[in-house]
Amino acid sequence: MADVRLKNVRKSFGAVDVINGVDIEVEDGEFVVFVGPSGCGKSTLLRMIAGLEDITSGTLSIGGTVVNEMPPKERGVGMVFQTYAIFPHMTVRENMGFGLTIARAGKEEKDRRVNEAARILQMEHLLDRRPSQLSGGQRQRVAIGRAIVRKPSVFLFDEPLSNLDAALRMDMRMEIGKLHQQLEATMIYVTHDQVEAMTLADKIVVLRDGEVMQVGTPMELYHNPANLFVAGFIGAPSMNFLSVDVSEVADGVALVSNPSLDPVRIGSVKQPVAVGHKATLGIRPQYLHPTDPDKGMLHGTVALTERLGAETIVDVAMKDGTKIIAALSEDRMLDPGTEIGLTFDTEQAHLFAEHP
Amino acid sequence: MAVITPDNRGLRLVVRYAVLTLIAIIFIFPLLFMGMSSLKPDQQLLADTSSLRAFLPVGDLSLENYREAFERAPVGLFVFNSVLVTGTTVLLSLAICSLAAFSFTYLEWRGRGLILSIILATLIIPFETIAIPLLLLVSKLPWIGFEGLEWGWLNSYRVQIIPWIADGLTIFLFVQYFKDLPRELIEAARVEGASWFQIYYKVVMPLAGPVLATAAILKFLVMYNQYLWPLIVVQQESYRPVMVGLQYFFQLNIAWGEVMAYLTLITVPVLAFYLVLQRAFIASIASTGVKG
Repeated sequence: MADVRLKNVRKSFGAVDVINGVDIEVEDGEFVVFVGPSGCGKSTLLRMIAGLEDITSGTLSIGGTVVNEMPPKERGVGMVFQTYAIFPHMTVRENMGFGLTIARAGKEEKDRRVNEAARILQMEHLLDRRPSQLSGGQRQRVAIGRAIVRKPSVFLFDEPLSNLDAALRMDMRMEIGKLHQQLEATMIYVTHDQVEAMTLADKIVVLRDGEVMQVGTPMELYHNPANLFVAGFIGAPSMNFLSVDVSEVADGVALVSNPSLDPVRIGSVKQPVAVGHKATLGIRPQYLHPTDPDKGMLHGTVALTERLGAETIVDVAMKDGTKIIAALSEDRMLDPGTEIGLTFDTEQAHLFAEHP
Repeated sequence: MAVITPDNRGLRLVVRYAVLTLIAIIFIFPLLFMGMSSLKPDQQLLADTSSLRAFLPVGDLSLENYREAFERAPVGLFVFNSVLVTGTTVLLSLAICSLAAFSFTYLEWRGRGLILSIILATLIIPFETIAIPLLLLVSKLPWIGFEGLEWGWLNSYRVQIIPWIADGLTIFLFVQYFKDLPRELIEAARVEGASWFQIYYKVVMPLAGPVLATAAILKFLVMYNQYLWPLIVVQQESYRPVMVGLQYFFQLNIAWGEVMAYLTLITVPVLAFYLVLQRAFIASIASTGVKG
């Protein structure tokens, strides 16, 4: 097992900078998820750790050793690819034992380790099959098995579940989580799916345009997003953003309002805001509660109601034309066109100086 | 959009098979003519050419032409020479060109794009233009054989093999095929600790079946049909290939029956080779979109 440290790591393809000075520390045994929209550089970053991409500048160390110039095979990493990348001309057993065959391990040793990995992944009965005889989920298991067999100090997962259907994705997600507990290995996992990030990670790194936007535990990111991007990216449905006027700032508490919002005091001010300027108020849909039109802090009209059984998603059109979404934890029918008021816990709202 | 009903589906099948049969006939008739004529005496052979009898096993049939063909020329030796030269060249070509293509596709080195372009550009140079310079070159090259150092490669197997091992088309076929292999397979092998050479022979080559078959057949045809090059570099009968051997039948009186018998004999290895590899060949042509 080993820790992974990136210090001011940069990557450019010609004149295009893909990674702009990233600092990340992954502790020994930690499960870290790189998350961000496509094109944010998360896969490139993972491939740099694996040694499949050169590092333009900065230092990358694994287990205390700087590995910038080291070829992939000397880094002690195992990698699972989105497209599985299992060798179609080999059986499952040969695929899983490939690394050991290359390392000229003895037959007994190889058999023992392949069987052990197969037992962990519950696929002993598939060992003599060829990849073409396996389903997508089974293929991904083989790919994970191949990584386990070599006992790498760091596991790298590059969107391993993206090619699976929704139900299988959830099963495999849980299995990967279990695997981490069992192996207690350092794992770095890349995904654009924030649910995977929230459920698997000890620590999430949110990336955007090759820069780290925030690093923290899933709950830190959810309850304390550092900026609008993280606030909007983490959580489903996405956080509502309201453009508000700041009329007073004192002791870190700001008084804000807009035509649809009665003046409220917000304590969670993420970035310095100034009186007389516009700011953005973020409220998660789960913290909005419907009430009578004349009672709420926010005022609008119901535009659409989506009833999901245990949950109801309500689209509300505000007076100034903006739309916000409320997620109610009950089954409730609100007719479109009904005037409505919404209340929220001001402690759970966040104020940002940025604008979306 | 056309509607497929049971009726016009049957009609379509009929039309499809009619067209395929016609194409097959166009390709098969020359072969049939060759095979049938080889069994007939010259007089009958020439008389039959004005009718459909030319394609039918009718009249005075015998293997006499074959016996005489073997008398006129050392057919066995020529076939042996051609098979040896062709077989060796095909094997070496597959090994060398696939290694070159692997390097062009996967390894990063300065100037690889330029060098690949130059190699591909050689495809447009006709062999006839380089035949004489190449002849001058090989006539002066050194060789260390069983009798020690000697100069000049003329009158040997090597002069028919070595200049033909590497060629732009074969390299191009491999490069195209390798480019289409999923890159993650190569990367997975690298992460698993494989060296580049191990990736070449444990991952890439086992997956290269179709392109190996295509390259082998194309190379086989080029080599087996060699005429000009062996004509100018080989004067000794003992190294002569089949196509040059055809000359033996056009001296003094031409016996067409014997020519046909000789041609039938030397066509057999080509057909056999194609039949063995045809499935893989068709698969590769279909998947790479490269037409041979």
